[in-house]
Formats: sequence, C-alpha cells, structure tokens
Amino acid sequence: MSFINYSSREINCKIVYYGPGLCGKTTNLQFIYNKTNPDLKGKMISLATETERTLFFDFLPLALGQIRGFKTRFHLYTVPGQVFYDASRKLILKGVDGVVFVADSQIERMEANIESLDNLKLNLAEQGYDLHKTPCVIQYNKRDLPNSAPLEEIQKVLNPSDMPEFEACATTGEGVFETLKAVARLVLRDLKQMNR
Amino acid sequence: MNDTQLVMYDEDFRKILAVVQRLVQDANAKGIFVVDRNGQLIAEAGEMRGIDTTSLASLTAGCIAATGGLAKIVGEEEFPVHFHQGQQDNLHMTLVAGRIILVVVFDDRSSLGLVRLRVKKAGAELAKIFEEIRKKTEQEQAGGAGTPFSEITDEDIDNLFSV
Ligand SMILES: Nc1nc2c(ncn2[C@@H]2O[C@H](COP(=O)(O)OP(=O)(O)O)[C@@H](O)[C@H]2O)c(=O)[nH]1
Ligand SMILES: [Mg+2]
Repeated sequence: MSFINYSSREINCKIVYYGPGLCGKTTNLQFIYNKTNPDLKGKMISLATETERTLFFDFLPLALGQIRGFKTRFHLYTVPGQVFYDASRKLILKGVDGVVFVADSQIERMEANIESLDNLKLNLAEQGYDLHKTPCVIQYNKRDLPNSAPLEEIQKVLNPSDMPEFEACATTGEGVFETLKAVARLVLRDLKQMNR
Repeated sequence: MNDTQLVMYDEDFRKILAVVQRLVQDANAKGIFVVDRNGQLIAEAGEMRGIDTTSLASLTAGCIAATGGLAKIVGEEEFPVHFHQGQQDNLHMTLVAGRIILVVVFDDRSSLGLVRLRVKKAGAELAKIFEEIRKKTEQEQAGGAGTPFSEITDEDIDNLFSV
C-alpha cells in the first residue's frame, strides 16, 4: 500500500524480501545498505536472535531520487524464513507493494524453496492479493555454490509463470541491485496503472 | 492492489499537524508521532527533533502488528492502547480508526492519566480527518482523477536508477 504525500511531495512504497530460512534475504539488505550513499539511506534495523537469525524483520529505508518532483522512498523489509514464524510473516506482508522472492539455489534447498513460495501465495491470498497480479521478481541466490541446481531446473520448478528473474550471489552483491531495480520498476508501473 | 492506498494533500496534513501540535501542549508531551499502520511517518510535533523517526515509525508499526496478532490469539480483536514505562520517558501508543497509530512520548512533566484523557479527544479528531482522507481517495480513484503518477513513463522510472 503506497503512501502518496502531496504535502512533503513523497511517495513511499513497501517491498518485502521473502524466502526460506538462510536463503540470503538479510544478506541482500546488508549489501544494499553497505553500497548506498549515506544521504540516501536510513538506519538498517535487524530484529534478530543472538545467533543473528532474523526474529521478526530487517528494515532498510531507501531514498531513490525524484520522479515528477516527488521523492521516491522504498521501505525494504525481510521476513524470518523459519517455518514456525508464519504469524510474523503475515504481519510483515500487510500492505506490501512489491515482493522479491529469494530462492536458495542449493539442490538440497529446493523443497524449502517450494514450501516458502507456496506459503507466500497463501499469505498473499489471505490478504486478497494474487501473486501473479502483485509486482514480484524472483532471485536465484547462492549461484556461486558448487551444489547449486542447474538454472533450468530451478526455473521450471519455481518460476513457471515467468516472473522477472535474476541470478545472484548476495555475499558479493552480484545481482542484488538488479533485483531491487526490477521490483522497484514493477511497483512504480503498478502505481502508474492504478492512478489511471 | 491499492485497496487502501493513502493519499495525503497539504490541507489534510495541516489539519493533522494542528491536532498533534495542540496535543503536545494539552498533554505536556515531549513528542507526538502519527504513524501509518504500515510503518510510515505521517506527522510529528514536539521537542524531539533529530531522533530517527523513520525507524521509530517502522518499529511502532511492527509493535502494534505483533500485539494485534497476540490479541487475536487470546480472543481479542485488538489491543488498541499500549503503554511502555521507562526510567525517564514513557511511550503511549493508540490505534486510531484501525489504521493510524498515535504515539505520545512523555516524562514526569506529565502523567499517564493526563495523556490518556487528551489522547482520547485528539484520537477522535484524527479518526475523523483520516476518514475524510479515505473517502476522498476513494472518490478520486473511482472518478479516475489524474495524479502525477498516471503520467510517469518508463524513462522516468529508469532515470531514478541512473544516479
Ligand atoms: N555462498 C553464499 N552464501 C550466501 C549467499 N547469500 C547469503 N549467504 C550466506 O547464507 C547465510 C544466511 O544468510 P542470511 O542473509 O542470514 O539468510 P536469511 O535467513 O534469508 O536472512 C549467511 O551465512 C550468508 O553469508 C550467497 O549468495 N552465496
Ligand atoms: Mg534473515
């Protein structure tokens, strides 16, 4: 649910990084945080357990620049991936404008990917959203690992509907900004259409 | 997916600001923040300039969301009022009209009783303003009124990333 503020001339949009536990959602945000000019970013908040696993969410506010005289701000959130945190995931998805589904490319994580994607569809549907009508991109992360599944195989299983897709290695940052730009584009296009 | 998109004009903002500025006085508060349920700051007033309001807004929303989830588990619809007591500063949060969170920060120059009393009145005023905003947004969208964003081009969007 975007927030258009004519008073401060700002648009605010909410983007959620979704995916199974340990697929690299937090790492995506950390990379974006580290590479963004200090003027354009706010503080990154991580509500994590002692072992640095996301407990509730990570949050990173980002200012992208101006569009037609409006400051464009994106609020990036991650969800906790572990199955038992489903209640928290639902809360974070509320009012989402765009989703990045981060998949873990490792062969042994394919089931976890499928489970998480199903869970995303379900939780969106509960809010009356349809994944295929929601601005959404998919990122195949950890492409650097030797045990990563062949790309065609992952595509077939996770992306039969042809969402925009990106290969990534979040630890080195490869593909991270490409993914973010793609989802931001979709969100802004969506904003344009609904204000027709 | 814009069923509840929030569009705020300058006149709306002024009305909201007038309410919270008065509340600062009436409740002897240090700071007042109006936060959208999705974590975006809408207005602020008081003497707390310079604090990280973006984080404050997102965490407030997270906190209200989490306790709202807890409420449902124990069979309540919502816990609309929250109070956090600190050594010096206290935090009072109220859910207004189901979608706006009114945050009051106060110290021993004020009291919980006073804050409660004043928040009740201000909350009702804010509820009215946000109901007007909601109606206006709905009408505009139904009427297909143009906004700056109906005109944006792919080029505009790409330019955002070229810097
Ligand atoms: N090799 C490799 N490791 C990664 C990659 N992305 C994340 N990781 C590691 O995977 C672990 C979990 O990452 P994290 O971002 O916390 O996962 P989250 O649960 O999705 O937030 C960390 O140890 C990261 O360093 C990647 O692209 N390649
Ligand atoms: Mg995480």
